[in-house]
Amino acid sequence: MHNLSVAQISQGLSKGEFSSVEITQHFLDRIHQLDSSINAYITKLDESALAAAQQADKQIAAGQANPLTGIPFAHKDIFCAQGVKTTCGSRMLENFISPYDATVVANLKQAGAICLGKTNMDEFAMGSSTETSYFGKTMNPWDLETVPGGSSGGSAAAVAARLAPIATATDTGGSIRQPASLCGITGLKPTYGRVSRWGMIAFASSMDQAGPMGKSAEDCALLLQAMASFDSKDSTSIDHLVPDYSANLNAPLEGLRVGVPKEFFEQGLDPQIAAQVHNALAEYEKLGATLIDIELPNSKLAVPTYYVLAPAEASANLSRFDGVRYGHRCENPSDLMDMYCRSREEGFGEEVKRRIMIGTYVLSAGYYDAYFRKAQQVRRLIKNDFDRAFEKVDIIASPTCPSTAFKFGAKTDNPVEMYLEDIYTISVNLAGLPGMSLPCGQIDGMPVGLQLIGKHFDESLILNAAHMFQQATDWHTLAPAFADNTSEANGGAS
Amino acid sequence: MSLERTDIEKLALLARINISDSESQQVTERIGAVLNLVDQLQAQDTEGVEPMAHPMDATQILRADEVTESNDRENLMSNAPATEEGLFLVPKVIE
Repeated sequence: MHNLSVAQISQGLSKGEFSSVEITQHFLDRIHQLDSSINAYITKLDESALAAAQQADKQIAAGQANPLTGIPFAHKDIFCAQGVKTTCGSRMLENFISPYDATVVANLKQAGAICLGKTNMDEFAMGSSTETSYFGKTMNPWDLETVPGGSSGGSAAAVAARLAPIATATDTGGSIRQPASLCGITGLKPTYGRVSRWGMIAFASSMDQAGPMGKSAEDCALLLQAMASFDSKDSTSIDHLVPDYSANLNAPLEGLRVGVPKEFFEQGLDPQIAAQVHNALAEYEKLGATLIDIELPNSKLAVPTYYVLAPAEASANLSRFDGVRYGHRCENPSDLMDMYCRSREEGFGEEVKRRIMIGTYVLSAGYYDAYFRKAQQVRRLIKNDFDRAFEKVDIIASPTCPSTAFKFGAKTDNPVEMYLEDIYTISVNLAGLPGMSLPCGQIDGMPVGLQLIGKHFDESLILNAAHMFQQATDWHTLAPAFADNTSEANGGAS
Repeated sequence: MSLERTDIEKLALLARINISDSESQQVTERIGAVLNLVDQLQAQDTEGVEPMAHPMDATQILRADEVTESNDRENLMSNAPATEEGLFLVPKVIE
């Protein structure tokens, strides 16, 4: 049951082959059996999940089901969920029970989907390995000594381990696409402004975007459908028609112009990764696409640009965590300043503190023009490169990640090394474009991801391109051996 | 661009985050490493380029000046560390 696609689950429910309660219980059992080995979940929501599943079963019986009714899923613990602990992977919010639902959470409740729990993440979404979570690291189910990627490592690991069919996640510099790549699943970061950020704990407000993760583009399309909406409560939400993301999945790719950015394939790229990606591109040619060389000359400045802008925005966003109204407050503060300084010292981990300090620096008097304003100018140059490229091509393809999953601790000594993990994903956030990662190969049994980038609001086309690749290949059907562990195998009831 | 410990102390104050003496050295080094990374931006010519704050250069949408929120004080204060009669309690600010 845990290998079924969303459409297959939906069909099974409507035919009465199983109930939502049964399939929800199945996933909850697996979580209880297996999650202690990978730590994908921070909070498990058995009681509310089963109650919601009962409601869903009634709706299905009444013939009022829609595509996600009764379908179990997981939320990254960055989305405020009313009455539920929402930690953002941080000690600062360790005991924070959200008083309201994020719009994404409300949308999925409305769609009748069943939330199994909240997944682990790098603290405040800052990281590429889920090693900075206050609640411990998450293990990559493909190799438990390696990272699942980050910051949405919990959601990615949960889907890969078949502990949830689909999951929500967020992406500011690659945090959906990179973990999807390392965990061998499919993930999509929508166009900036596509999905409401109301109730989504903010990291970098001009780049953050929520999106779906699943075993396939088809599943991601269904989840994106429910997540996307114009929201007047999010002042950066863009009122753009939400199309039927599943409608054009099977459109033939004859004549599709795929841009291949030369800067993303230069000598720094691991030749094994390059080979896998080139194989995928050859597959696209077989499907009727044309490969076109393009240049993104300013992309080499994407990482430095991001590490000025994102920390700057984060330093502003995280200034709300002051111990006054919610979140961690230190014991026995001697005065207000002491309360602020010690609460934040204790509540935030090292990476978060580092980024806040960097952000504070680049925004401070005397440095604002040289760093922050400069970076905003380079951001425009990076975006202009994409605009120029999209005059010649319909989508852009590249590796998602310079490596497969690395071992824990391999990149924690030098922050810059970790930052370079996002070298192919970051420019997409700077330009606000939609991007996805889908599995396209393996190296020594570890997944490799292909990234597809589209024009603003062209999610349908990249989903279509991903889906057609997945019809012609089977990389996305591969699961880690870990996922084959069942309650039966461990002596429990199925 | 490398920073001195005194620079770090100033930043910590601005950011309202204590950095202990034992952490200070490593914090200085690691932040220094990131600032070396971002210095690469200086080499890029950006003469006449308009800074970009929003990926689609959107501007703030306005709404009618109408009351749309309801009073949800108790619920919204439920995570507060210390409260009294609907007020947040903090250490004394004014002597």
